[in-house]
Amino acid sequence: MIARRLLLTAGFAAGAVALIATPAAAQDTHTNKIKAVATFSILGDLVRNVGGDRVEITTLVGPNGDAHVYSPTPGDARKLAAADVVFVNGLGLEGWMTRLVTASGTKAPMVLVTKGITPRHMQDEDKRGRPAIDPHAWQSIADAKIYVANIRDGLVAIDPAGKATYDANAAAYLARLDELEQEVKAAIDSIPADRRKIITTHDAFGYFGAAYGMAFIAPEGVSTEAEPSAKDVAKIITQIRKQRIPAVFLENISDPRLMDQIARETGAIIGGTLYSDALSEPGGPAATYIDMMRHNVREFAKALVG
Amino acid sequence: MLYTALIAPFADFEFMRRALIGSLALALGAPPVGVFLMLRRMSLIGDAMAHAILPGAAIGFLLAGLSLFAMAGGGLIAGFLIAFGAGLIARATLLKEDASLAAFFLISLALGVTIVSAKGNNVDLLHFLFGSVLAIDDPALMLIAGITSVSLVVLALIWRPLVLECVDPGYLRSVSRAGGPVHIAFLALVVLNLVGGFQALGTLLAVGIMMLPAVVSRFWARDITTMIGIAIGCAAISGYAGLLVSYHANLPSGPAIILVAGAFYALSVVFGPVGGLLWLALPQRHLEA
Repeated sequence: MIARRLLLTAGFAAGAVALIATPAAAQDTHTNKIKAVATFSILGDLVRNVGGDRVEITTLVGPNGDAHVYSPTPGDARKLAAADVVFVNGLGLEGWMTRLVTASGTKAPMVLVTKGITPRHMQDEDKRGRPAIDPHAWQSIADAKIYVANIRDGLVAIDPAGKATYDANAAAYLARLDELEQEVKAAIDSIPADRRKIITTHDAFGYFGAAYGMAFIAPEGVSTEAEPSAKDVAKIITQIRKQRIPAVFLENISDPRLMDQIARETGAIIGGTLYSDALSEPGGPAATYIDMMRHNVREFAKALVG
Repeated sequence: MLYTALIAPFADFEFMRRALIGSLALALGAPPVGVFLMLRRMSLIGDAMAHAILPGAAIGFLLAGLSLFAMAGGGLIAGFLIAFGAGLIARATLLKEDASLAAFFLISLALGVTIVSAKGNNVDLLHFLFGSVLAIDDPALMLIAGITSVSLVVLALIWRPLVLECVDPGYLRSVSRAGGPVHIAFLALVVLNLVGGFQALGTLLAVGIMMLPAVVSRFWARDITTMIGIAIGCAAISGYAGLLVSYHANLPSGPAIILVAGAFYALSVVFGPVGGLLWLALPQRHLEA
């Protein structure tokens, strides 16, 4: 924790020095594309689909990165300073963003892509004991469509000349999202109704579960970071047995031997890797938003159908 | 009631049974080695060795992924290299053995951390590298049991010269040349038991189950055989009670086991009949001619 804070401070300091030293270097004069910055990879993919050729997109938290606990680098401050428009998810996902924006001194407008979405609450509670707001709204495709509309409006606002392009791109992408949503619903329908439940410590699928009718059950009393106690493991096992949960996706208990042990004792299937907060590397199983949703649904179906 | 508290956790859950067997096996092998380390004033060597083993395990992980034998093998090789290297330099130069070991283990630790972080997120990797007592699978159980067996047999074989080296190394040197080889075999046992302990408890705690029961036994007995018996008993009870504490009080298991051993230590410091505080405070009988 202390190390992270030190790094953050050092990063900002270095970033500030770099900005003072080279005020003009960050301005790229070769292209006249709109420079957009998105905070994490999934958002970046959505912006790319709407912006098309007119927008050059940079993401701060890259593939496989965790936006919740990201430590910004001096390079990030420079990217922000050079940006024409910044897209953020909000809902508490990028807690580090406010400080980074201040540090970078950027004048670019910020587009909050979750504007108009009804936020859900997480099963976890925040430090004051209130249920925390769940930022993972993109896990519902209906909400992702709101993202796309907000991105389109944000781009049109700073680049009115490209309105026709953005409208056309957004319409085409929304049509693909409609298709994807049908696909996801069909896949969930193929799972018997009483098997549509999994245990996962990764509390990221609240929107998905609400939209498509799957239960994501959090293991009781398991803290995701500390070493689990014997009681924690016993609780998970009892819960799986009692609620007859067919599959477990325990990403945060990072010891795979422990997961194997739980599977052996309960007969539950250990699910594959899910992508919830970040895309995979290009060429991976979840290189785009649409691929990611398909991949996750396929993993659910694989573990839960018969 | 008593059944629910003391036996039910093990009857209901297989992972608890495995954890218990693993810690009992560990309790048979490691504490005798710890007793000899203590008697030879090498109590801190275990700690140094524990750090020295990290880079070997890390290299094993990088080469073969999460394979128990690659990691244990890498740890063994690294531990042996450092034990022998430190011994060799101590004999060949002015440096004392503890000083050269300190140098070796620090270099080795830095190397280990570098290798682990070069592969990405170091927190995750450290999780992978060292097992949890709740996740002991069949190969890990076999490894711990195997190491304990080897360690007990070797101890039986080198028992006499080892005891002599503890109490009167000068005499041993005058009657036999076994001192050097016995010392090396003994260091190898230290490394072996630490690697076994890693599978169950993790870096620092593996040293704990080796040293704490040994130190406890010093307060209760004067001869080595009794000390070793007490140390084994203390380690076994710590393992059992620690798992129960972890189960009922919701504490991480490895630390719970070591903390129970720590409680034994605190009790022994006060009540131990051999040099415990309470006994020293009582008036002693004078020696009479």
